[in-house]
This record gives sequence, C-alpha cells and structure tokens, in this order.
Amino acid sequence: MPRLLPYLLLLPATAFLCVFFLYPFVLVAMESVTREGSYSLDNFQRMVSHWKFGTAMRNTLLLAAVVVPVQLALSLAMASVVTKLSTGRSTLLYIFAIPLGISDLAAGLIWLAIFEQTGFLNSALYGLGVIEQPVLFLSYQNPMVIFAAIALAEIWRATAIMMVILVAGMGLIPKEYGEAAEVFGATAWQRFRKVTLPMLKPSLQTALILRVILAFEVFAVVIALGGTNFPVLMEETFQWQFTLQDRGVAAAYAMVILGISVAFTILILRLLHVPKGARV
Amino acid sequence: MTTATDTVSVTRDEVRSASKWLFVAGVVMLCIWVLLPIYFLMINALSSPEEVTSFPKRMFPSFDLASVTFFFKFQGVLRALWNSVQVASLTMILAIGLGAPAGYALSRFDFRGKEAFRFLVIMTRAFPLPLLALPLAIMFIRTGLDDTILGLALVHATLALPFAVLITFSLFSGIPVELEEAAWTLGCTRIQAFYKVILPLALPGIAASAVFAFVISWNEVFAAAVLTIQNRTLTAFLLQSLDVSPLPLKFAGGAMLVLPALIFIFAVRKYLFAMWGIANR
Repeated sequence: MPRLLPYLLLLPATAFLCVFFLYPFVLVAMESVTREGSYSLDNFQRMVSHWKFGTAMRNTLLLAAVVVPVQLALSLAMASVVTKLSTGRSTLLYIFAIPLGISDLAAGLIWLAIFEQTGFLNSALYGLGVIEQPVLFLSYQNPMVIFAAIALAEIWRATAIMMVILVAGMGLIPKEYGEAAEVFGATAWQRFRKVTLPMLKPSLQTALILRVILAFEVFAVVIALGGTNFPVLMEETFQWQFTLQDRGVAAAYAMVILGISVAFTILILRLLHVPKGARV
Repeated sequence: MTTATDTVSVTRDEVRSASKWLFVAGVVMLCIWVLLPIYFLMINALSSPEEVTSFPKRMFPSFDLASVTFFFKFQGVLRALWNSVQVASLTMILAIGLGAPAGYALSRFDFRGKEAFRFLVIMTRAFPLPLLALPLAIMFIRTGLDDTILGLALVHATLALPFAVLITFSLFSGIPVELEEAAWTLGCTRIQAFYKVILPLALPGIAASAVFAFVISWNEVFAAAVLTIQNRTLTAFLLQSLDVSPLPLKFAGGAMLVLPALIFIFAVRKYLFAMWGIANR
C-alpha cells in the first residue's frame, strides 16, 4: 500500500492532463492535416494562401520582438528595485504585481480609455495645447499608433509575471557574492552585469519562456484596441473557428502557434543553457 | 592633502544623495506607470455615460453611478457575471482537488515516474493552452458538454492545474516531514496525521492557490469565447459585444473585471513567489 500511495495520489491529475491536455493536442494535430475525412495539407495551403496569414504572422512576431526585450529590461529594473528596498518592500511588490491579476481583455479596455477619441491621451494633449481637436488614434489609417497602443498595453500587463520570477530568482543569490565584488571595487553596474545576471540565468530562462509563449497568444488586447485592423495569429484562429466555421484551418493555425512556441522555447533553453552543477 | 580627500568625500556624498534621489524618482515613476492606467479606467467607470463620451475628460471621477447601473441593467450582463463566478468556482475546486494530492505526493515520496510527471506538468507551460479549446469544442459537442459551465471549467482547470500542483508541492515541501512522523509515532494513522498536522499548516497556502485558480478562470478570454454561446462568461460576453457596445459599457465592464483581480492579488500577495518563483527548479 505505501508503495502504491504516491501513484494513487498522482492518478487523478495525470488522468486529467492526459484527457484534457495531451489527447486534445493529438486531436488538433490530426484535425490540421485532415480535410473532408482524408489526409491532406489542404488546410495549411488555405491558411497560407489567405491574404491575412502573412500580416498576422508578421504582426505577432513583430509585437513579440518589440514587447519582450522592453519587458525584460523593465522587469529587471523592477526586480532590482524591489530587492534593494528594505522599507515598503511588500507594498511596492504588491503595486508592481497588480497587472498579474488583470485579464488581457481588461488591460485592452484600460488602454482603450487612454487611446480612444475622447480618451485621456487626447484630453492631455488638448490640455497642453498640442492639439486643437481630438485625434482618432485607433483608426486603420494609423497602423503605427495601433501597434504602439497594443505594445504599451502588453508591456503594461505582462511585465509583472517576469518581475515576480526575477525577484524570486534574485532572492536565491547569496548576498556574499555581491559583497565580495564590492570589496574588490566593482561598481553597482559591474556587480549587476558580472554577478547578478549570470546567477539569474535559470530565472531569466523561465521568465523568458513564459513570456514569449504568452506573447504568441496575444488576443484580447489586440481585439480591444485594434479590432480587426491588426490581425494576429490567435485572432485569425478565432475567426476561422468561429466566424468562418472552418475548423481545419483553425487547427492549422493552432499548429503554427504551437510550432513557433516550441521552437522559441528550445531556442531560449539553448541560449541560456545552465549546466546542472551550476544551479543555485 | 586633507582638502583633496575632503572634496572627494563631498563629491561622493553628493553622488550618493543624487543617486538616492534618482532611485526614489525611479520607484515613483514605476508606480505611476502601473497605477495611472487603472485610475483612468476607474474615472470612466465612475462617471456618467455623458461624461465618458464627452471631451476633454476631467482627471477626477464625478462618482456618478449611471455607467455602472447601465452596465448591470444591460441585457445578459448579470447572467454572464453569474456564469463567470460559477466557472471560476468550479475551476478552483477541480484544480485544487486534483492538484493538491499530486503536490503532496511529489513533496513526500521518491518513486519511479516522478520525473516523468514533473515533466508533464512543466510541459504544459511550453504550450499555448487556450488553443485546447479548439479540439475540445468538438469533443464536448459529442459528449453533450458544449456550451456548459462544466465544459469550460474543465478547460480552465487544465490551465490552473499545473500551478496548483507546483504551489502545493512547494507548500508541502516547506512543512517538515518530522512533524508528520511525530504524529505517526503518537499513534496517528497516515490520514489522521495529514488532517490534524499537515492540513492546518498548509491551509492558508492552499487557499491562496485556490484564489489564483479562480483568477486564472475569471480572466480567461479565448477558450471562453470559443466554447460558450448561450452561457457566456463575462470576458466572453464583453469580447463578443466589443464592436457594438457603447463606451460606458466597455469601461464599466472592464472595471468589473479588474476589481476582483485587485482584491485577489492583494489576498495572495504573500504567496506570489511560491506560485512563480519555484518555476525554475
């Protein structure tokens, strides 16, 4: 009995993950290469030949390429600040962590309040005398502004996840390392570069993987701010599944998102490789 | 010589106070960056619909509840809200009910297949989970689970389960085995020892991870929008009506989504690290 106990305890969770995680991914993979009951790559052809595919792919990757590095820098700054602080640490941490609990849809609506025509950005610019009349920022004629608004909303919303992981990671680094470097005359910046960053590798790895995968899943923020003017992969998946009622192509999109997610996960694991013995 | 060292120390003090000032300014800026957008949303939610669509905006709310009343009286909102609460509660129960035993097993036993299970849990993080909604939509139609509270809760539980496992694992790992062993030597059975000794110690943390599961479900948009038609959750309802609903409705709805999140994150703030920090081991 005691030998079987761990397996009994794990059984429900394992069974659940098999039925609702592994099996559905097999299903969607099969769905993506099936058309009218027979094996074919027709779904992928339809997906690629649709004019929105290229735009959606480019937008998704471009958004991730802009958002993730900014978030990396910002979350490192936030984590350093929180780690350095002795008084008011938990208050600051709570404030920084707030966006962690906010839905991507709500984040989109928050930034809509700023960027819409009668919104706060227009009001502020008007108040400063920069503009005479409210500007229609989020129109299809201003794709760059839509991109900027979405990028800002994403940076605002999802930096907290990385920040929390990095704060936890910094907490694991023994203080003596930094103190030793200080004794040898290292400046704060040198200590950050030569001690903190290398020691932080495992946390950076986790934070980046989580963040990059979430970046490829960007959906509600885009719809709230750009409507259909800014196609991204997840939005196209939703359109094919729901509006166009073509599950095959939606499944093909799902495989593409899955593919780039796995590819980037492997890439990050390689780039930030941590030897087993060197873990803190 | 002395004057030289004096000037050096003075400039060093100046540099130090300047960098301290810079540090405080940076902290303040970061706080404003996080809080100001939420404040803007709250101004809109607490102003009358006329004020929301007027220009230029005032920087303070008028505390007019017309927008909020309009939101709650809007066709379908109350039902969507109730659906959200039900789905999130069910997700919470599923995630903890399935995840806590697994977390306990991982923390207390060494057995073959442990690494395989951990790999399965970690792997879920490398996958875009909301996409699960696509194949499950078909599966649910076959089994009659389509457009139901339970169906959506099952998908949300898949999102929340890995967290529940990892959080409870770190919680139970933090409680010394010796406590349990002491209870055994005093005549407790394994189950009694768990209920009387371990559970009371772990309960606050388990509650926190339950709250976290609730928030994951409450916030989820994509799967909710794909899997529900009649029984929409609040996020799915707001998303589907985005292009037709007036601005006051959007902002009041957004505030309604944000408010519980603010309270929940405050409630679980101590456990944030257990949730995310252990991700790297």
